[in-house]
Amino acid sequence: MKEAIKVENVSMKYEKSKVIALDNISFKINENDIFGLIGPDGAGKTTLFRILTTLILPTQGSVEIYGFKTTKDYKQIRQFIGYVPERFSLYQDLTVYENLNFFASVYKTTIKENYAVIKDIFIHLEPFKNRKAGKLSGGMKQKLALCCALINKPKILFLDEPTTGVDPVSRIEFWETIKKLKENGITIIVSTPYMDEAKLCDRIALMFNSKILNISTPDDIISNFESNIFKIKSDNNSYLKKILNDFDKLFTAYYFGDSVHLAISKELAINEEQIISMINEKNIKIFEFSLIAPTIEDCFIKYLTNG
Amino acid sequence: MDKIVIKTENLTKRFGAFTAVKDLSFEVHRGEIFGFLGANGAGKTTAIRMLIGLLRPTSGFATVAGFDVYKEPEKIKKNIGYMSQKFSLYEDLTVLENLKFFGGIYGLKSEAIKIKSAELVEKLGMKNIAKKLIKELPIGWRQKVAFSVAVFHNPAIVFLDEPTGGVDPIVRRQFWDMIYEASESYITIFVTTHYLDEAEYCNRISIMDEGTIKALGNPSELKKNFNVDSMNDLFYLIARKKI
Repeated sequence: MKEAIKVENVSMKYEKSKVIALDNISFKINENDIFGLIGPDGAGKTTLFRILTTLILPTQGSVEIYGFKTTKDYKQIRQFIGYVPERFSLYQDLTVYENLNFFASVYKTTIKENYAVIKDIFIHLEPFKNRKAGKLSGGMKQKLALCCALINKPKILFLDEPTTGVDPVSRIEFWETIKKLKENGITIIVSTPYMDEAKLCDRIALMFNSKILNISTPDDIISNFESNIFKIKSDNNSYLKKILNDFDKLFTAYYFGDSVHLAISKELAINEEQIISMINEKNIKIFEFSLIAPTIEDCFIKYLTNG
Repeated sequence: MDKIVIKTENLTKRFGAFTAVKDLSFEVHRGEIFGFLGANGAGKTTAIRMLIGLLRPTSGFATVAGFDVYKEPEKIKKNIGYMSQKFSLYEDLTVLENLKFFGGIYGLKSEAIKIKSAELVEKLGMKNIAKKLIKELPIGWRQKVAFSVAVFHNPAIVFLDEPTGGVDPIVRRQFWDMIYEASESYITIFVTTHYLDEAEYCNRISIMDEGTIKALGNPSELKKNFNVDSMNDLFYLIARKKI
């Protein structure tokens, strides 16, 4: 598979605040992947985006995009990337059409020339094309930002937290748009604090505290999870949770809706029958006991607690 | 658990010719964690504003914490708590000062505030941070303090507006532990969120669309009834835009 981006030993320390935003990270992104940067606020996602899009230089390390270095070849790189920052960054007092036209002209192209790239998204904006960008709804603003980032027909599209604060229906539609862009050959790097979006990516990097905890496909991350998770419903969940947590330090029990989830390290030699009889001894009635698949969030927590 | 703390019957709000909320009827029980979901423009905000005594309904009936939304909105306000991810605490005040301020707003006597604050500091193990400014605290602590402030005056119901967006999963799990604990001491939790994985943590959820509730029940039952695998699919099935 062809490599689109190569990041080597990149660190970023902000001089003024002394904050280390990225701490020696290295990874590669394959061409035409949807690559997800998954992590909470403050993990370093936006700093990484700004380095990859040539807006800031890292304190250490190197970044290559299709072989071009961000340090000296930034002009070439900017020609074939598109970037939608988290904060809406278009001209609020220009109309939809004027914004798009402006971005096209900056890239020395025209809306007409690259219309095919934005067509599917622009269709929804067409009725509002003479409205000022500042007067658009959140969803429409996002569509416009996306069109402006695509108007130079980029090979790589960077989307910084595109779904934060977006309602669930628009989020689902947004991910469908991303998939279509992938089908058109674009490589997509997308960040999100929401763990449930990880499974929509081809590969993901779990980020926390300026570091990458793991990089893999979502399926591999889940299948390498070292614990079994059981869903237990009972007539006394609060007591159940307590006795499970007290039973063994390799037991982690927590509430999940109307049930308790129990994570048990796979290295512990205990089977389902033993757990059930232990619970029964405490006079707790079990309504449901089942093995469930771990989520990316479970994996993330595991990486964090393992240090 | 079976006592009803929120009850609405045909609750309706019209703005001119536009009906934002139409014949809303549902109940929330004491100590329940209730998720209130819906896409933008579904009528969620209007419904909540009626429930917390900020907006007078056009017609229908509703009581919150036993008080009538038409006649006793001020009593409702005194008996609820509110927390949002975006604004809940004064960043330039310390933990204790925030407790004192919000306690005072809700009419607690200063002696009671002192005692309750000391209890809370002890319970959460925050001796070392009680005199720190909110802005100096890590996000996990801020959230714990924000939630503690929201339930400081022992409200019957606490409204949480997207409480855990953007926080790391460990902080989030700790935060939900606090919510479950509050629910065990019979505080009702009313959560609104755009994030459907958060909905899975609720005892029951409702999904609003076009001013009415289109689905109501326990998350796993709803998935079964609508024959879908995930909350995302369920939500999309119900609330996707009709073209």
